[in-house]
Amino acid sequence: MPADQTERQRWMSVLARAERAAIEACLAEAAPLPPHTRLRGPEVGLVMLRGRAGGGGAAFNLGEMTVTRCTVRAEGVVGHATIAGRDTAKAELAARLDAALQTPTHAEALHRAVIAPLAAREAERRAALAARAAATRVDFFTLATMRS
Amino acid sequence: MAYVAVKGGERAIDAAHAWLAEARRGDPAVDEIGVDQIASQLGRAVDRVMAEGSVYDRDLAALAIKQAQGDLIEAAFLLRAYRATLPRFAATLPLDTGRMRPLRRISAVFKDLPGGQMLGPTTDYTHRLLDFALAEGGTPPPAPLATPDAADIPRVHDILGHEGLIEPDPVAGGEPADLTRQPLAFPAARDARLQALARGDEGFLLSLGYATQRGYGHTHPFVGEIRMGEVAVEIEPPELGFAIEIGDLVVTECQMVNQFAGSKTTPAQFTRGYGLAFGQGERRAMAMALVDRSLRAGELGEDATGPAQDVEFVLSHCDNIEATGFVEHLKLPHYVDFQSELEVLRRIRGEATP
Repeated sequence: MPADQTERQRWMSVLARAERAAIEACLAEAAPLPPHTRLRGPEVGLVMLRGRAGGGGAAFNLGEMTVTRCTVRAEGVVGHATIAGRDTAKAELAARLDAALQTPTHAEALHRAVIAPLAAREAERRAALAARAAATRVDFFTLATMRS
Repeated sequence: MAYVAVKGGERAIDAAHAWLAEARRGDPAVDEIGVDQIASQLGRAVDRVMAEGSVYDRDLAALAIKQAQGDLIEAAFLLRAYRATLPRFAATLPLDTGRMRPLRRISAVFKDLPGGQMLGPTTDYTHRLLDFALAEGGTPPPAPLATPDAADIPRVHDILGHEGLIEPDPVAGGEPADLTRQPLAFPAARDARLQALARGDEGFLLSLGYATQRGYGHTHPFVGEIRMGEVAVEIEPPELGFAIEIGDLVVTECQMVNQFAGSKTTPAQFTRGYGLAFGQGERRAMAMALVDRSLRAGELGEDATGPAQDVEFVLSHCDNIEATGFVEHLKLPHYVDFQSELEVLRRIRGEATP
């Protein structure tokens, strides 16, 4: 994760990447989330993915991606989630968690029970991929010739 | 052109579709294929359908492949049709491929480059012999692991860029063209061209790229770098006022380095073509980079002699969904059109015979 992320950006990115089943499993170990009302969604739509010509130049439209967004209010705090994919239940759960994580009475317990383990799991997944990739690194060596 | 509503085919159509469903299911004694199996085991087909359907969603692409019985153009068509039913919430921030977590990264121009060369899960160097053991099935041995290098993996063109030997990235402009909102207009700028190529037919792009190598608009390409891996997707929802990561996607990027161009004011330097594809789409990314470069002929003052240098020709024909629509519409009833042609022909022949 980039170092310049705020706490909120960080937990939103952790929730966006986690599987719903993993979030639910973590929540089963935590106190119930506060009751909420839906302000918007959850609704499925698209975002247009952009690339850059040459990798770093002018932006162009690469193609779209399905996303789901949801905004809720819980205990007077507004929580939001936009996540890749079409899992409406996950988007709602992520929005509820976003609200609760902004609420001082819930934040610490949820960080411990939900965000930390999900972040660790994602870090593990990335490490496993990176380790496989590293094993395919080419170590070039030059053959010594008979002639000197 | 006129079409005439023809009635009376409903029963035949229903029967045909019922048979299609039965044929799609295949032999009932064989297990039905699951969408999850397609998504996880036919990944390259999924990548292609996502690219040509122009929607990144592995499960939807897998479903489309199942529905289309593996006809990938039909599957891309289904995906493109589905996308039309969804609202668009936002455009993402441009993907930062420099911050990719690479699974594969190779260069054909530098052997020892910072960050090294990683082959990733490639089919390169396989012998292309049919593996009959796969027919039996089974679990492969686990892939080896090694300790990753923590160092950054710079882009190859940044290495050459420091010496001014390669053209820099084109300067960022305003809002990019969007072919899903405005129809293609000519002359098309590079943003519109890249969008069209990104969702263009892989076979068409491959053939055009091949044609440039064979002399129809030669550009002396080298693979500067290919990298494939996960990139974060970021949006900036107005209600939040800051950027959030909403997930990752896998993309393949190809930086093609091509022969020099220079002018009285700019010293000679390598030029570049760019390819970016959803998923593990290496052939697509390479072909796109070749065609992107060849379409820059006008801008770089090259003679446009080959089809791959003709912007209007390439962009008007690279979309396989438009192409299949127009080709396959020939199957629809043209009874009246044909009748009129028949009458014209009879009249001509009647006038010719004394």
